Amino acid sequence: MSLIEVKNLSLGYDNVPIFKSLNFEVEENDFICIVGPNGAGKSTLIKGLLGLIKPMKGKIIYNGLKQNFIGYMPQEIKVNSNFPASVYEIVLSGTLNRLGFKSFYTKSEKDLALKILKILEIENLKDKNFCDLSGGQRQKVLLARSLCSTSKLLILDEPSNNLDSKSKKDLYKTIVDLNKNHNITVIMITHDLDHNNLIGNKILSLREDNIFFGSTSDFVRSVHNE
Amino acid sequence: MNSIIEMFSYSFMVRAFIVGILISLCASLIGVSLVLRRNSMIGDGLSHVSFGAFAIATILGFAPLEFATPIVIIVSFFILKLNNNSKIHGDSAIALISASSLAIGTFAISVTKGVNTDINSYLFGSILSINRTDLIISIILSILVMLLYIISYHKIFAITFDEDFAKSIGINTDLYNMIFASLCSITVVLGMRLMGSLLISSLIIFPTLSSMQIFKNFKSVVISSVFISIISFIIGLVISFIYATPTGATIVIMNLIVFMIFKVISYLK
Repeated sequence: MSLIEVKNLSLGYDNVPIFKSLNFEVEENDFICIVGPNGAGKSTLIKGLLGLIKPMKGKIIYNGLKQNFIGYMPQEIKVNSNFPASVYEIVLSGTLNRLGFKSFYTKSEKDLALKILKILEIENLKDKNFCDLSGGQRQKVLLARSLCSTSKLLILDEPSNNLDSKSKKDLYKTIVDLNKNHNITVIMITHDLDHNNLIGNKILSLREDNIFFGSTSDFVRSVHNE
Repeated sequence: MNSIIEMFSYSFMVRAFIVGILISLCASLIGVSLVLRRNSMIGDGLSHVSFGAFAIATILGFAPLEFATPIVIIVSFFILKLNNNSKIHGDSAIALISASSLAIGTFAISVTKGVNTDINSYLFGSILSINRTDLIISIILSILVMLLYIISYHKIFAITFDEDFAKSIGINTDLYNMIFASLCSITVVLGMRLMGSLLISSLIIFPTLSSMQIFKNFKSVVISSVFISIISFIIGLVISFIYATPTGATIVIMNLIVFMIFKVISYLK
């Protein structure tokens, strides 16, 4: 059964749609890459999936998944350059959606945060200040935070932006591993369209005149035919 | 030592002492998020709004605290709305609101004959102005601020650090922003009597800025801000009593000294 069904969806701001009548389904264990030129509505679609903006038309149906149990990793966060926050504080804040009406973290939230730090191999950064980290380390911390809020679906908005190629590879390797070995469904916006080296099993390509949704191999074939 | 004993023999000093500690505590808690979200101007704006509201309350013969608190809360919601609206620049809007309130307050006081109000005490604070009712209201409201802050602490952290993420995991950020704006308003209104409208915002901003020089995680910044704020207040109050200096200004200077010390320590580290 599909995890998310997007039906005839139109999204936009101030009554101006950015895209219209979008249809696609997210199956369990999918790894979907969203590609498209700037302004095509990639980030808008993600905001729609997260419920940060309301659909102008159409529906997003979540099957067996609460909307606020999606892990979200933003493109970048506009944070003060000397914001005092330790890695542990940030990662732990990802578990807030498990607290319900409780005000404080219990042992199970703290254990989860530590476990995820370990999976991503950043437990040594636990007490470091977020602002002292390198770009690649910061992205891993934000990835860890989003993993704390989900056990099923990760949504990533250009996670490799501003990273050097080594950190980029490292981060993609981690995400692929989460998808394969931890059964986490991934939806990721990416700019890296190296056709010989595509990751993920499906592609959603947003272009004004031409929306493509299908398997990665079909996408590569259609691009080559153009 | 004798002068400290003498200080507490005056009931107005005891009231100022209690109210001051509570306000310092609340202001430093509120300050951490305001400063980190680059919203310190909101604190400043609200203090001017409460000046206007106090002036009008005095003229109309209303109780100042009861009159000013709801007005400042409403204005703070309005400022929140402005901040979320990308078409208007939040900071210039706040500057407009704050200058207008200051002007309206001053105007209202000066045209009303027969009202013996000292503008100075509103602008720079006066420890003599705190009466028993103020004391009781201050205690109740500061306890409210502290409780709400402690209960929402982790959510406040998440929203301060990354509002979009907080929203995406289902935290009602609009609600928490409103709660936070109310807490900020209450703190500013309470602190205005003591610190004056021109100085209260420093109580909000200084402790956080000082703590950030040395401490690198959120929890320790919050705790250190509370301590800095309370200690600066107590020392400032005692000095102002002994040397007959203006209380509000003395407290701000204490905060400034702490800031400079912390700054030096951060360089030495």
